[in-house]
Amino acid sequence: MEVLRIATSGSVDDGKSTLIGRLLYDTNSIPQDKMEALHAASKRKGLDFTDLSLLTDGLVAEREQGITIDVAHIYFSTPTRKYIIADTPGHIEYTRNMVTGASNAQVSLILIDARRGIVEQTHRHFFIANLLRIPYLVVCVNKMDLVDYSEARFNQIVEDFQQMLANAGYKGQEVKFIPISSLYGENVATRTGAINWYNGSTLLEYLEQVSFDHEDRNHPARFPIQSVIRPRTTEYHDFRGFAGKVASGHFNVGDEVVSLPSGQKSRIKTIEQFEKQLTVAHARESVVITLEGEIDSSRGNMLVKTDELPAQLKEISANICWMDQLPLTSGKTYLLQHGVNRVKAKVQQINYVTDVTNHTQVADKTSMGLNDIGRISLKTAAPVFADPYKNNPANGAFILIDEYNNTTVAVGFIE
Amino acid sequence: MTNQINWEFPQALEDEAIYILRETVAQFEKPVLLFSGGKDSITLVRLAQKAFYPGKIPFPLLHVDTGHNFPETIAFRDWLVNTLGLDIIVRNVQDSIDQGKVQEETGKYASRNALQTVTLLDAIEEGKFDACIGGARRDEEKARAKERIFSVRDEFGQWNAKMQRPELFDILNGKINIGENVRVFPISNWTELDVWNYIVREKLEIPTIYFSHEREIIERDGLYWPYSEYLNTTADEVPFRQKVRFRTVGDMTCTAAVLSEADKLEDIIAEIMEAKISERGARIDDKRSEAAMEKRKQAGYF
Repeated sequence: MEVLRIATSGSVDDGKSTLIGRLLYDTNSIPQDKMEALHAASKRKGLDFTDLSLLTDGLVAEREQGITIDVAHIYFSTPTRKYIIADTPGHIEYTRNMVTGASNAQVSLILIDARRGIVEQTHRHFFIANLLRIPYLVVCVNKMDLVDYSEARFNQIVEDFQQMLANAGYKGQEVKFIPISSLYGENVATRTGAINWYNGSTLLEYLEQVSFDHEDRNHPARFPIQSVIRPRTTEYHDFRGFAGKVASGHFNVGDEVVSLPSGQKSRIKTIEQFEKQLTVAHARESVVITLEGEIDSSRGNMLVKTDELPAQLKEISANICWMDQLPLTSGKTYLLQHGVNRVKAKVQQINYVTDVTNHTQVADKTSMGLNDIGRISLKTAAPVFADPYKNNPANGAFILIDEYNNTTVAVGFIE
Repeated sequence: MTNQINWEFPQALEDEAIYILRETVAQFEKPVLLFSGGKDSITLVRLAQKAFYPGKIPFPLLHVDTGHNFPETIAFRDWLVNTLGLDIIVRNVQDSIDQGKVQEETGKYASRNALQTVTLLDAIEEGKFDACIGGARRDEEKARAKERIFSVRDEFGQWNAKMQRPELFDILNGKINIGENVRVFPISNWTELDVWNYIVREKLEIPTIYFSHEREIIERDGLYWPYSEYLNTTADEVPFRQKVRFRTVGDMTCTAAVLSEADKLEDIIAEIMEAKISERGARIDDKRSEAAMEKRKQAGYF
């Protein structure tokens, strides 16, 4: 059984919450007591319909304002797979939460109000999905009922969207357009017959057949060491294992590996998963690796295969999304966390800030504000063993931490 | 959903939880596992056992005993701790009451659920714990659906929902300021069904109250309340015997039973798949108001 992670985004008015509610409702995922609570809450708000958005807007402040502030995680399942929806806010001031929600997604679901077409938030959402290189993009043109289920209107929006695609840097994703009406359930999980000119799959049918992205298994093998396990008990007196989660690629027993940064070589003696001995460990699996000889390795170091060495970076060029109230300042030093490894990093230069609505770059900036996306150069105190994000996302992203208040202030994608 | 589905446990969830537990131990000085005796914290203990094997679990358990626990839960707790050779710290809500820090609620809805937050925060301060690992899941409740994996709490244990740290990919930032602590939720992405399937897969023991048994109950507000000396009842609330089980384990004063014949794990799973009521639908503590959970989290509840 696998888990498909989807990120949705949109504004209050485009019916995102209704869409999610519809998906849950049509897959029998809303328990009776939650449905009753929704009826009651809608009534209290003076609404004459059941507001499904109250299901996902879990905070008092969100329900008061009728907007999504932070990511909500919604779980549902069908007989074939398990789904996690990260319902993210679309407002510009919560872009950082949108990135948080989308960072683990395999499918990005973009909602467009058929009456309004592409709006600023569509650009923002698309830009972020692109930056993250999310492999599947589903564009749901919603509220088709309000444009008389017009095929021409749908085609116009598809055409506009394709123009946006043409300008984008990342073109590897699969894009699917679906005309829907969440209110009436058309093309969400079922067909009501209102749209007869569309013969493609419904949203749920599409999600059910999306193939799982195991691309990371084919990337170079990277094993960031989280900790060293040394029980020092009578039974395991000499046991010395490296605990971690395979970031990408795979490791086999017998593989020759190098520990970075020391450069010492060894061979994999065992790969263990609790009491089980494995012969191979794939990307995303948490295991313990023991080596043939004694080598000097500890938390923050990385095991790689001798013929797949990553770049050794002391100067990093990266796209970042700034996530803090305090602006990014050129010349300031932050903590850079790449996987489980932290090094000091100084901002050398802000190359440009991108206007996400038209992809233009504004140069000569000395600072970046909350929710700005742009390109910077960093210099690190020790080498970082990374891959370009576009080649190996699992080993190509990092966060910046403000050393004074310990907050996560940025996410970066290595060029 | 029907019970014909052969629902297997997604292995990715275990890998993710183990990674989170290892990050917790590496990034914090004094982690502790908040143990309630319920299925979610039992699952956490299993995950911790796996994460550090063949080493021992490198942190103690902390149980805040309200004094109103099901005796079966306490017996199970002691059995588990002995069998696995774990360290456990037990702190009692009764002590907080005796110290005058909290006051017992009165009336027929009196419960110690809200009181335990004070005992918990005192225990965290006393033990200088900087990371408290909890078994909360995002599918349980709408405020929990919003919470990060590493959730920063201030000196008063408060959760600031509107200013949560961004959490990107699987990169966890456990750096905190003095006085702050972090609540860690390794099974955030698990659902109730995932936990049950994990219990089956791992052949884990759980307290007997999860299985169908005969018990004295009363009916109140459409729910079946376990009858005990801790429950304040009115004259017309007459206890009767019925076959029930508990879907979630809290105090005897705030956990309602469900009528059930399910006495095997497979039957429990089939029952949950067909259930029309959510898991926390039987939690009386959640029913106090629409934002009951968010309010308690702001106050330091996990």
